[in-house]
Amino acid sequence: MPQSSVRPPDHDPHAPSLLVDQLSVSYNGTAALRDVSFRLPAGQRLAVVGPNGAGKTTLFNVIAGTKRPNAGTVRIFGHGPGGDTCIAYVPQRSLIDWGFPVTAAEVVMMGRVREIGLMRWPRRHDWEIVRGALDQVGLADLAGRSIGELSGGQQQRVLLAQALAQEAELILLDEPFTGLDFPSLEALFSILDELRAGGVTELIATHDLNLAAERFDAVMLVNRRLIAYGPPASVLTRANLVQAYGGHVHILPEGDGVLVLTDTCCEGDEAGV
Amino acid sequence: MNEWLAWLSEPFTFPFMVRGLAAALIVGVVCPVLGAYVVLRGMAFFGDALAHIILPGVVAAFLLGWPLVSGALIVGVAAALVIGAIGRRSAIKEDAAIGVVFAGCLALGIALLSARRGYAVDLTHILFGNLLGVSSADLALIAVLSTLALLAVFALYKEFLVLSFDPLLAATLRLPADRLQNLMLILMAVVIVVSIQAVGVALVLAMLVTPAAAASLLTRRLPVMMGVGAAIGAASAIVGLYLSYYTNLPSGPAIVLTATAMFFVALAVSRRGLLRRV
Repeated sequence: MPQSSVRPPDHDPHAPSLLVDQLSVSYNGTAALRDVSFRLPAGQRLAVVGPNGAGKTTLFNVIAGTKRPNAGTVRIFGHGPGGDTCIAYVPQRSLIDWGFPVTAAEVVMMGRVREIGLMRWPRRHDWEIVRGALDQVGLADLAGRSIGELSGGQQQRVLLAQALAQEAELILLDEPFTGLDFPSLEALFSILDELRAGGVTELIATHDLNLAAERFDAVMLVNRRLIAYGPPASVLTRANLVQAYGGHVHILPEGDGVLVLTDTCCEGDEAGV
Repeated sequence: MNEWLAWLSEPFTFPFMVRGLAAALIVGVVCPVLGAYVVLRGMAFFGDALAHIILPGVVAAFLLGWPLVSGALIVGVAAALVIGAIGRRSAIKEDAAIGVVFAGCLALGIALLSARRGYAVDLTHILFGNLLGVSSADLALIAVLSTLALLAVFALYKEFLVLSFDPLLAATLRLPADRLQNLMLILMAVVIVVSIQAVGVALVLAMLVTPAAAASLLTRRLPVMMGVGAAIGAASAIVGLYLSYYTNLPSGPAIVLTATAMFFVALAVSRRGLLRRV
């Protein structure tokens, strides 16, 4: 099994971190995404927003190279997905078996499995990276703890540390804010801020429109097709939201902004993986 | 004191008992190591099916006078690959595919065997094991195959770990996920085949699942789970053989009953077993 084919030639420095062009995906003939195109410069944080079944998880799967599109292309730093391990995909927390008998450090080390290579064991260098990643997310003290004993916020940070250990430049996070209390949320954002400052590109699927409006460089509103893409203020407009969410959106005037409530909720019911 | 020693050593004055013990110990150690993945990934049904699927291979080898292991291995590996392919590539769900192949192979095995006169005795041996009939050649083959299986689990530890914990991560890391998955199925087939002489087709699942499941109640670390499982498996083999010798129970069921008893002890004492506070 050749190892050398994993890392393609160096990234094209002039290419955007992510370029998606006329992407269409369907499952058994039903369209999950139709004709989606956008480009995302490196070091930006993008919120991917839309109702359940809008195709957010599908989009992530295609970008990560775990699902083939029916049409269109994805380019990551100028290369197709599937050739590179610089993409980390952090799935919804509910998809992980937290009863699995491994420690936080072992889960983080999993991010380095490809880098270490088949039939080899982690070296000291790898353990240093794992320790550094756990340190960066503030979990150095819990490295040896079983993952089942961690809180939801800590589990989310372990998954993020795994992406750090993978040395990913493009991180896809699926619903990372679901079920987190306010301190956990702030802890997560301070890590995300630090990563972004280091040039990491972040794509985050979320249902939280307030967070999307306040904490992101750009927002993508999607419901099987791209409804709007750009700075939060220009995307999260009444007209766009009604188009994306249909009757499930209520918009109340509040000062100079709008307070947005939606009926969509929760995790685990996106279109298949 | 001397009486105890005599009691303990008496069974092993017979060479066939020594070979039986060696075979049972190997099986008791190897099965739970791979069984840890079977338990964690919820593949118990697949393991049970695989054990029955290899029946026609065992019977064919038996009728041709080949080592039983050879026929079983060919059929087991072929079936594991066929089931994997059906599950991945067709609209049939994997458990249905397993069920179809499972029942079909079991029927084929019994049909083949029924061609022989006095097949009931042979069938009993295949279904429930014939530990005391293990020859030196059988034992050597069991030892070689078990060693290979253990080496593979050790060499690919971190890959199997990722594949079992998060298949999506395996895919995004560009690990050869399909090949690793097939290899794990092949290893299961090997371990099952190796176990058949000890406990038989009908009870192989117990060696694969019971000690590993007991161990999973006692630890939260995978390597420890494999070690504790192996210890439970080995202890079941030894205790089971004594039980068999002194009570005239068939050896396969005696070993499995011992392992089952140990599982319930683990269930009773574990904080994550019956005592757990909800």
